[in-house]
Amino acid sequence: MASVSVCQYHSGGFSFENCKRNALLEADINKLGFSSPAARKTGTTICGVVYKDGVVLGADTRATEGMVVADKNCSKIHYISPNIYCCGAGTAADTEMTTQIISSNLELHSLSTGRLPRVTTANRMLKQMLFRYQGYIGAALVLGGVDCNGPHLYSIYPHGSTDKLPYVTMGSGSLAAMAVFEDRYRPNMEEEEAKRLVRDAIAAGIFNDLGSGSNIDLCVITKGNVDYLRPHDMANKKGVREDKVYGRPVTGSYRYKHGTTGVLTKAVTPLNLEVVEESVQTMDTS
Amino acid sequence: MHFTVVFSGLSGVCDRLRQARVRTPAAGSFSNVVKLKMAAVLQFPASVSTFNNYNDLYPDWTQTEVSTGTSIMAVEFEGGVVIGADSRTTTGAYIANRVTDKLTPIHERIFCCRSGSAADTQAIADAVTYQLGFHSIELDEAPLVQTAASLFRDMCYRYREELMAGIIVAGWDPRRGGQVYTVPVGGMMTRQPVSVGGSGSSYIYGYVDSNYRAGMSKEECLKFTAEALTLAMERDGSSGGVVRLAVISEQGVERQVILGNQLPKFSTV
Repeated sequence: MASVSVCQYHSGGFSFENCKRNALLEADINKLGFSSPAARKTGTTICGVVYKDGVVLGADTRATEGMVVADKNCSKIHYISPNIYCCGAGTAADTEMTTQIISSNLELHSLSTGRLPRVTTANRMLKQMLFRYQGYIGAALVLGGVDCNGPHLYSIYPHGSTDKLPYVTMGSGSLAAMAVFEDRYRPNMEEEEAKRLVRDAIAAGIFNDLGSGSNIDLCVITKGNVDYLRPHDMANKKGVREDKVYGRPVTGSYRYKHGTTGVLTKAVTPLNLEVVEESVQTMDTS
Repeated sequence: MHFTVVFSGLSGVCDRLRQARVRTPAAGSFSNVVKLKMAAVLQFPASVSTFNNYNDLYPDWTQTEVSTGTSIMAVEFEGGVVIGADSRTTTGAYIANRVTDKLTPIHERIFCCRSGSAADTQAIADAVTYQLGFHSIELDEAPLVQTAASLFRDMCYRYREELMAGIIVAGWDPRRGGQVYTVPVGGMMTRQPVSVGGSGSSYIYGYVDSNYRAGMSKEECLKFTAEALTLAMERDGSSGGVVRLAVISEQGVERQVILGNQLPKFSTV
């Protein structure tokens, strides 16, 4: 291959210049006592299923930053076009921005063609963008919608490969959700059965995967209509502190009446303390 | 000239449908850019990570690239070719797709069998499909299988450092009949009467070499391919699922699927 000078400025393309610097930083940062900032990931269980009249997309609502839940109710089902929606797993920022970019481009494309956009168009745009960035954009997507050729469902991986299937799951909880799908999926289900199946698959992810949790969001896309059900199922409602126990009001302040604990003996011993040293230290309030 | 146009899609410079001029700087800069990336990886292998390092919360298969583990095969016969593939795509130890179609149409009577990185082979196949379609319209006749194989070879060789793709191109054209060309990792291209590829191919070289005869009929080729792929799927962990077969001839393309329970049975102790 032609040998080119390292300092040559190249237009376009992903710049890998900073990879070396990042590698150095990552190696040294722990020695200096700092920890590198954790990208917020949507740990996630997302899935989709094709049924008789369209597609049902489902997602949990937990976003994690390392081991801490950053957002208990984030929205992982993103709008692409009136008839196409996309669930995103992986780095939250990447899924958010990628879907917004493609949504914008697809709207321009749709205005140019004068037609409702097709799911396969969105799929191609997404896969070509993700391949261009060679997996550095951490977006694993479930793309679903209904167009002139019927309902379609795609899974898109961060490196840019896609699969067109009747049912797909992605994210850290995908194994749990796939287990539910493999057990109960049938072709040409009715809407209620499909919604129940997706709800159960996401629930499997929520309760068996640490990276997924909180509520279940659903998106039912049919020809000419979209039901965005957020939340569809609040599977993890935060408990309410009791304010009435056996009809008697309890403030929940764990104060007990005098006499709750019986006193057996009482002995009072005065402590004679003398002041040994007294000093005043003024507080620095500047 | 239009080759460079399409490569720029791969090099990430611009939308491949926009340009009509040569973009040589782009192609050069891509390899330059990638040399930096490779330098970064080579010098700091232990500490370079992709976007995350969370061990237990995000298991291995969420971070490994999707690969078509694969067993693929193609056989020439008088009047056409028979191609076959398994249907398993893996991310690490998880099967991401158990019904993959690795036999991808490039043109009406030209197919390719994909093995290696799923993203790379899908991107290459899309690019070559575009180029071959354009070329065929320019020519106003059916393209040669050798042309398709050359396009694959050009792309796989030019970007050999960045790609992981082993491809078998097979089809029928009016000039030379049924042909099989293999383009393995690295970008070599050679015509062979029978070719196997993918991780599962290692296990069936002996079977293929001993059982292939020149001048087999279409049915014999189908049986030969199905049995060879079954044996490969049996032994290779990254291959499995169903066997997809296709016959390409002057009459067109006939596709078939052999499901798991219908695969030929071999006695193994």
